[in-house]
Amino acid sequence: MKKIIKYVIIDILRNKIILAFTLFLLALSLSIFNLEDSSAKGVLSLLNIVLIIVPMVSILFTAIYVYNSAEFLELLVSQPLKRKTIWLSMFTGLASSLVLSFFIGIGVPVMLYEFSATGAALVVAGILLTVIFVAIAMLAAVKIRDKARGIGAVILLWLYFSLLFDGLVLFILFQFADYPMEKAMVVITVFNPIDLSRIMVLLKMDVSAMMGYTGAVFKNFFGTAAGLCTTLLVLVGWIAVPAWLSVRKFNRKEL
Amino acid sequence: MIIANNINKKFGKLQVLDNVSVTCNKGECIALIGPNGSGKTTFIKCMLGMVVCDSGFITFNSKNILHDWQYRANIGYMPQIGRYPDNMSIGQVIDMMKDIRSSKQLQLDEELIRQFELDELMDKRMRTLSGGTRQKVSASLAFLFNPGVLILDEPTAGLDPVSSEILKEKIIAEKAKGKLILITSHILSELDDLVTQVVYMQEGKLIFHKKIEELRADTGQEKLSKAIAAVMLKTKYL
Repeated sequence: MKKIIKYVIIDILRNKIILAFTLFLLALSLSIFNLEDSSAKGVLSLLNIVLIIVPMVSILFTAIYVYNSAEFLELLVSQPLKRKTIWLSMFTGLASSLVLSFFIGIGVPVMLYEFSATGAALVVAGILLTVIFVAIAMLAAVKIRDKARGIGAVILLWLYFSLLFDGLVLFILFQFADYPMEKAMVVITVFNPIDLSRIMVLLKMDVSAMMGYTGAVFKNFFGTAAGLCTTLLVLVGWIAVPAWLSVRKFNRKEL
Repeated sequence: MIIANNINKKFGKLQVLDNVSVTCNKGECIALIGPNGSGKTTFIKCMLGMVVCDSGFITFNSKNILHDWQYRANIGYMPQIGRYPDNMSIGQVIDMMKDIRSSKQLQLDEELIRQFELDELMDKRMRTLSGGTRQKVSASLAFLFNPGVLILDEPTAGLDPVSSEILKEKIIAEKAKGKLILITSHILSELDDLVTQVVYMQEGKLIFHKKIEELRADTGQEKLSKAIAAVMLKTKYL
């Protein structure tokens, strides 16, 4: 397994996209921290970038990379290797290089400028989101054979998680405005890792007071240690379930 | 050594393999022959576990291959179209394979790499290679780990006469060592001095599996190409 991870990482580092992404994130976070007068505001600005750009790059890069390494996978499958090992090595290689890139690009500047619980929450959320979207992209790539369709599906998935889902939630909220929806909202957010991470970080910032009554319910639930544990557990579930499904699918895939 | 039992495989509605059963033993050199689209490559891929069959089972050294993967250490596979990571060089691909498959008791067989003169091309990227050079890499990789079974899918397609002669010599030498060799090819004339048995497939069905002497006796033809042509005509009019 280690050997294959090594080859995947070497290959990813050889194509310069990851390097460019790292430098982009680094430039972005440094300029934000230097422009904003308080670093706490910097973290808030960074949060929006983390929640939109990081999932997009993770999901797109992973999908394109998996499709482009069809030959590599084909070569490995005919060798004395377990399919599960091949697939999980691919996953580990992609996830660890993207996490590394995120950590250098955003993690390090955040630690330098805003070494606090909020900063830590932001970095943890970013790392988890990166891995989650790698797992989702791998599931999509193994399910869909055609490259163009696969990448299209991945873009739609990203749109769904970052835009459409919120629209859907608003729609539900307005439709059921006469009913108490605060508790249900907690359950609904579980279905979107981006929203979940946003709430996790925002609650650490103590701006939940601005989120109205729902915010108070969120604070009551997510603000506690048990709530935080549940959030982290759900996010890990968002990694484990797609990864497990994609392994199962890859085990039966015709190559 | 390899026993395939009632293999069925469908791609959508198309029945690619229809109740195929074959027994392959050590020291044999088996030619898999059949028209295009008769399921030869699919059958080979089933043996390698690259395609999972719908029903039936395949055993390798009397172990079911379904949940096994170690058996592939005993197989050298040369695909019909060798596809390799584009931005790796020949040397990197070969080193990677050595790294993945290496074990201490393994004797590497680099004869083909030398004979194909791949040493001078080691730094070339895979995407810049011609079809023939790619085939040479595939062949070298198949023989590199001294496997007990060699599965060669159209080995000489795209090779120049000199290289295909080198490959044929190598196949004969390996056969003499008592290895099981499976070949598919459409160039029947070059199979004449290689194979000991013939498996003929058509539309996913196994038509016959015979020793080459039997086939010659049945059809009264000395040349494999003529014998197969006689069989093809016969099945056409049945």
